[in-house]
Amino acid sequence: MEALGLGALTPEQAAAPVNTVEEKWRLLPAFLKVKGLVKQHIDSFNYFINVEIKKIMKANEKVTSDADPMWYLKYLNIYVGTPDVEESFNVTRPVSPHECRLRDMTYSAPITVDIEYTRGSQRIIRNALPIGRMPIMLRSSNCVLTGKTPAEFAKLNECPLDPGGYFIVKGVEKVILIQEQLSKNRIIVEADRKGTVGASVTSSTHEKKSRTNMVVKQGRFYLRHNTLSEDIPIAIIFKAMGVESDQEIVQMIGTEEHVMAAFAPSLEECQKAQIFTQMQALKYIGNKVRRQRMWGGPKKTKMEEARELLASTILTHVLVKEFNFRAKCIYTAVMVRRVILAQGENKVDDRDYYGNKRLELAGQLLSLLFEDLFKKFNSELKKIADQVIPKQRAAQFDVVKHMRQDQITNGMVNAISTGNWSLKRFKMDRQGVTQVLSRLSYISALGMMTRISSQFEKTRKVSGPRSLQPSQWGMLCPSDTPEGEACGLVKNLALMTHITTDMEDGPIIKLASNLGVEDVNLLCGEELSYPNVFLVFLNGNILGVIRDHQKLVNTFRILRRAGYINEFVSISTNLSDRCVYISSDGGRLCRPYIIVKKQKPAVTNKHMEELAQGYRNFEDFLHEGLVEYLDVNEENDCNIALYENTINKDTTHLEIEPFTLLGVCAGLIPYPHHNQSPRNTYQCAMGKQAMGTIGYNQRNRIDTLMYLLAYPQKPMVKTKTIELIDFEKLPAGQNATVAVMSYSGYDIEDALVLNKASLDRGFGRCLVYKNAKCTLKRYTNQTFDKVMGPMLDAATRKPIWRHEILDADGICSPGEKVENKQVLVNKSMPTVTQTPLEGSSVPQQPQYKDVPVTYKGATDSYIEKVMISSNAEDAFLIKMLLRQTRRPEIGDKFSSRHGQKGVCGLIVPQEDMPFCDTGICPDIIMNPHGFPSRMTVGKLIELLAGKAGVLDGRFHYGTAFGGSKVKDVCEDLIRHGYNYLGKDYVTSGITGEPLEAYIYFGPVYYQKLKHMVLDKMHARARGPRAVLTRQPTEGRSRDGGLRLGEMERDCLIGYGASMLLLERLMISSDAFEVDVCGQCGLLGYSGWCHYCKSSCHVSSLRIPYACKLLFQELQSMNIIPRLKLAKYNE
Amino acid sequence: MAARRGTDEMRDRVVLGEFGVRNVHTTDFPGNYPGYEDAWDQRRFEEAFRVDVIREEEDALEFDMVGIDAAIANAFRRILLAEVPTMAVEKVFVYNNTSIVQDEILAHRLGLIPIRADPRLFEYRNQGDQEGTEIDTLQFQLKIKCKRNPQAAKESSDPDELYFNHKVYSKHMTWVPLGNQTDLFPDADFRPVHDDILIALLRPGQEIDVLMHCVKGIGKDHAKFSPVATASYRLLPDITLLQPVEDEAAETLQKCFSPGVIEIQNINGKKVARVANARLDTFSREVFRHEGLKNLVRLARVRNHYIFSVESTGILPPDVLVSEAIKILMGKCQRFLNELDSVSME
Repeated sequence: MEALGLGALTPEQAAAPVNTVEEKWRLLPAFLKVKGLVKQHIDSFNYFINVEIKKIMKANEKVTSDADPMWYLKYLNIYVGTPDVEESFNVTRPVSPHECRLRDMTYSAPITVDIEYTRGSQRIIRNALPIGRMPIMLRSSNCVLTGKTPAEFAKLNECPLDPGGYFIVKGVEKVILIQEQLSKNRIIVEADRKGTVGASVTSSTHEKKSRTNMVVKQGRFYLRHNTLSEDIPIAIIFKAMGVESDQEIVQMIGTEEHVMAAFAPSLEECQKAQIFTQMQALKYIGNKVRRQRMWGGPKKTKMEEARELLASTILTHVLVKEFNFRAKCIYTAVMVRRVILAQGENKVDDRDYYGNKRLELAGQLLSLLFEDLFKKFNSELKKIADQVIPKQRAAQFDVVKHMRQDQITNGMVNAISTGNWSLKRFKMDRQGVTQVLSRLSYISALGMMTRISSQFEKTRKVSGPRSLQPSQWGMLCPSDTPEGEACGLVKNLALMTHITTDMEDGPIIKLASNLGVEDVNLLCGEELSYPNVFLVFLNGNILGVIRDHQKLVNTFRILRRAGYINEFVSISTNLSDRCVYISSDGGRLCRPYIIVKKQKPAVTNKHMEELAQGYRNFEDFLHEGLVEYLDVNEENDCNIALYENTINKDTTHLEIEPFTLLGVCAGLIPYPHHNQSPRNTYQCAMGKQAMGTIGYNQRNRIDTLMYLLAYPQKPMVKTKTIELIDFEKLPAGQNATVAVMSYSGYDIEDALVLNKASLDRGFGRCLVYKNAKCTLKRYTNQTFDKVMGPMLDAATRKPIWRHEILDADGICSPGEKVENKQVLVNKSMPTVTQTPLEGSSVPQQPQYKDVPVTYKGATDSYIEKVMISSNAEDAFLIKMLLRQTRRPEIGDKFSSRHGQKGVCGLIVPQEDMPFCDTGICPDIIMNPHGFPSRMTVGKLIELLAGKAGVLDGRFHYGTAFGGSKVKDVCEDLIRHGYNYLGKDYVTSGITGEPLEAYIYFGPVYYQKLKHMVLDKMHARARGPRAVLTRQPTEGRSRDGGLRLGEMERDCLIGYGASMLLLERLMISSDAFEVDVCGQCGLLGYSGWCHYCKSSCHVSSLRIPYACKLLFQELQSMNIIPRLKLAKYNE
Repeated sequence: MAARRGTDEMRDRVVLGEFGVRNVHTTDFPGNYPGYEDAWDQRRFEEAFRVDVIREEEDALEFDMVGIDAAIANAFRRILLAEVPTMAVEKVFVYNNTSIVQDEILAHRLGLIPIRADPRLFEYRNQGDQEGTEIDTLQFQLKIKCKRNPQAAKESSDPDELYFNHKVYSKHMTWVPLGNQTDLFPDADFRPVHDDILIALLRPGQEIDVLMHCVKGIGKDHAKFSPVATASYRLLPDITLLQPVEDEAAETLQKCFSPGVIEIQNINGKKVARVANARLDTFSREVFRHEGLKNLVRLARVRNHYIFSVESTGILPPDVLVSEAIKILMGKCQRFLNELDSVSME
């Protein structure tokens, strides 16, 4: 298509070589500086607390009472403050996020309102009245961290590299995941299972949400809606909306021969139903309306009801003012027309196309929740007003006294901390909206912030929504998705993706009409189907028609580049539907591109130099029209070149850097473009389990579980992404010298052989932190928990073993070693915590019972620190941080950055390790069988580049679609006297003779994964049993037995090992001696049958306890199981 | 004669091919090659065996050991790495550690610091002995506290200027004599080999107060007891030109080897390549990438010529380490012989 910015080119211009823009990747750090990786969360939250919340207030500003028409409450303004904490009554103090984490509090700010209301006959204005508390997103505009320098961050115990974008609720870091949804207010034409085409629109406004379907049955069109008990012929709908003439209906839908032919049966049906006027149509519809519950109010007739329904519920988003249905008629006609046109040619829309998707962010979700709570708050006030005003009181009714803060506060806190978003208004009940921010490593936290979860059911076996859509290019990471049931449903944003927020559409409407868009209400309707007329949509609503759509689009884009329109407004043409779509709604994915004019990129080397010198920032590039944002729909309308040398005369845009199509996690992989694609996906999952560093404030945190590496290193082979996201500053892994060879046989199935001397020197050494908590509560009867000092041994006057590590105050002291079952806090609790009944005996000295916090764990820990504080309920809070240092052992899991995981199979002393001419021994020996089937060529190149980097004393790049070239790297190796293939002559450490093969030898970045043998090993000979069945308990945490399952049982049955079966299933499990009466067949008791009242036929036998239990349970429901006994030799 | 030469090559040379190494194993067992006298002969061994010291520095030693079997040479290497004892910090008693370095990590770091103390003056500590005596233990103390520098310029942000003692170095470790050690070692100076090993960083108010016990141990137990940074050997390179290489080919050939391996002579106006010093080559095997040259050269290594390189951690001079290693091997042999004798006694 004719693209913009393309004038006539002189031959010289066309022939001039395309000069490449050096270092245009530098735009990326500039972009990330302004937008950042989690900017979408923060932007959306900022929009909510600064703009949207005011709109919500405006929409619900007035509360009136039925009891007193004079009484009202009006909200004038609403503000969200900065986070603080109530120190004592009415004394507040600003709070830092870290304090909230440590003290298990919520990082929240007061929501205050200015109100005007009446008290008696007085009108009162009150300002800054708190109505609740809003959890504040870290690094949002109201967070204490915004605009602080790294030094100030350090003072607040906060990591400057932490991305923010999450909430702290009850001391837990919670992320509201990005939710993917089908676009609202858009017509989607789809074929159902039978192949009949239909259209559907999910319309949504602030008040209502409804779904309208257009269906075809036997060539006739019907409208389907869940407020209507049956499908209504479309012609009747038209008539009900005031278009009574058939000609007019047909004119709106289209006067082409085949369109008219397709619509004729529908008109005929209407004729048959004898409906000609609006009245008749409304009556018809009125009879089909599903009755809704009425809450008082004036009774409406059926006709009125139908009219109301058509105006407000069906296609809600098309506004109807004073029952002028014109716009809605045209919208319905367009829907019908779409279906007719789609019928023969199979031009149905693609549901999975990413332009049809919108992403819901924290701000939008919270605004839904807040509006719900605010409405509930207001209705509560109204209810109170209705109740209280009629009663005559001495004091006049003052609504302020009834404004309780906790409803909104608790509503917000509970929703975020449980992740259950249930809104009655929209019949929304979603679970798992929030997740605990995973702090396993810096990458896992970052990866969580870019995660998108979609609404599809995980269990459904559909491939469409799960597969990679071409329209996701550059917006979503193609590699980063989990394996298994959520595969393809959970996605991750790419590096440069931005998500838009809502925008005012008033100026856009005005601008569009200035650019020649004609209002459809002024036209007869037939214009819609003229071949050269294009329909213009704004956010799904019909704005009007235009004759010269090309000009409209071009001018629009020029205006946007000049900064007259917001940079996130997108405009695109759809030639097949003959439409121009303008979008300014929130939740669209977009990403920046360099504009190409006359086959030259607008960004030149000069600009980049200025950027490097700091004269320019990313915003300047936007404002000067050098770079612009394109959303998925507009991208489809452009011709984007990947590199400068692929620019041709149709090119409109140039990619900034191709590696940005990957996300954060995939960005860590060196040379990912050389790997088999699933390997990159595996690494994306494993990078999140790698331990290392989690932030500069890691040592100040008291997390439930934290893994750190003793000596983390930055990778020898890095990528641009690694630099951009500061992985180098918070790394998770170590550079290990790897020899790719077979050794000892303990390296089969991806097992690794580790060098003992490397482990001695600190390779893979990690620290595991766990915490223990304890609160000291006060009870209603004036008693409280106490911490007692250590108990002394009577003979030696020394603390007993269990209390050995306690200080005099009864709390363990830092630096001590704790063993299993030792006491950390010697807490005592009063035996009576209820308020004594009035008139009962005088409260005596309270009795206490010991409820110590003990340490449980197979291995000893050290106390790192003890924190004594108070929580939000003013109870004492004692938190202890326990530490373990672990050295790698056999069975610990390691992985390189290429999805090549393996457990340690053997630890070999250094002298047994092979060594090369320079005397270097490997840290890790890896079996070469890991390569042929995995095809992780990237790992091979990483090794080469790493080796060359070590020899030269520099880092090499393994950036996707770029990075250091293998050829250059190999030249470096030769220069240093190494083989260009990276294969060294190696001598066996055991025999002292050379190895017959040359060994691929060099450094590879290895991650230690969180799965460690120490946390998993488990065995038992005997141990606890479940109470009910007397069978061994289940699971490692309960010291459970190892189950001999059904399939194992089948094997033994097949083999015929009956005595083994008996032993495994009964004797070692729940054998039980029962007395059975041979006469009645029932269970007896200590040699006596209670049924027969005799003991002469009672014999004793051994059955599983579960069996005995079954008999008794059967008896309890009136079924008698009788045992027939016989001698085994009879 | 050609067959004889082939056998000689098989016996004496490890040949580096393009895709692998040939003749890696020692094959000169007695009777394996007809016409060769391979039975053990003390005189012949003494004639052929030779040790030349090539380079001797304070902490490094390079010497050639010629005329010996791989097993024996490797035994020296292995003993150097794992069985020559040294003194290293084994027990750390933490009295106070308010630095950010965790106790275990601090102890691990202290353990890896090489301690200048002649292990031959000490005994091994008995198993299960917690206390330690003057004959098996060296005690060190590290007691340091970081303070703010009152004289520091106000606007300064340089920690070196702002604080005292904010970097804990190995030089801060002091020897605390145990028992009669002052009399036993009147002029001993027990301290870490290097003064500038960074142990921890401190900030004002933080302090480290630890007592360390150094004991004698071997590298097999823990790498910290290993007396060498590394000890290894390589075989002497042997590069032969099978045909004369001239002019341009000679120059490319020169580039295929480490500098100084091939020299170019001017003979009758022709540049002729000659192997000058094969010892310098690192075997990048670059020749094999040149189709025209790869059949003109034979890359090999002399099987019984070991170029040893011993890098000491500085506790003992490398030559002492080697002689200690030899003593240990002798001790092992003696023990084995005794064992044999005791077996034959029964």
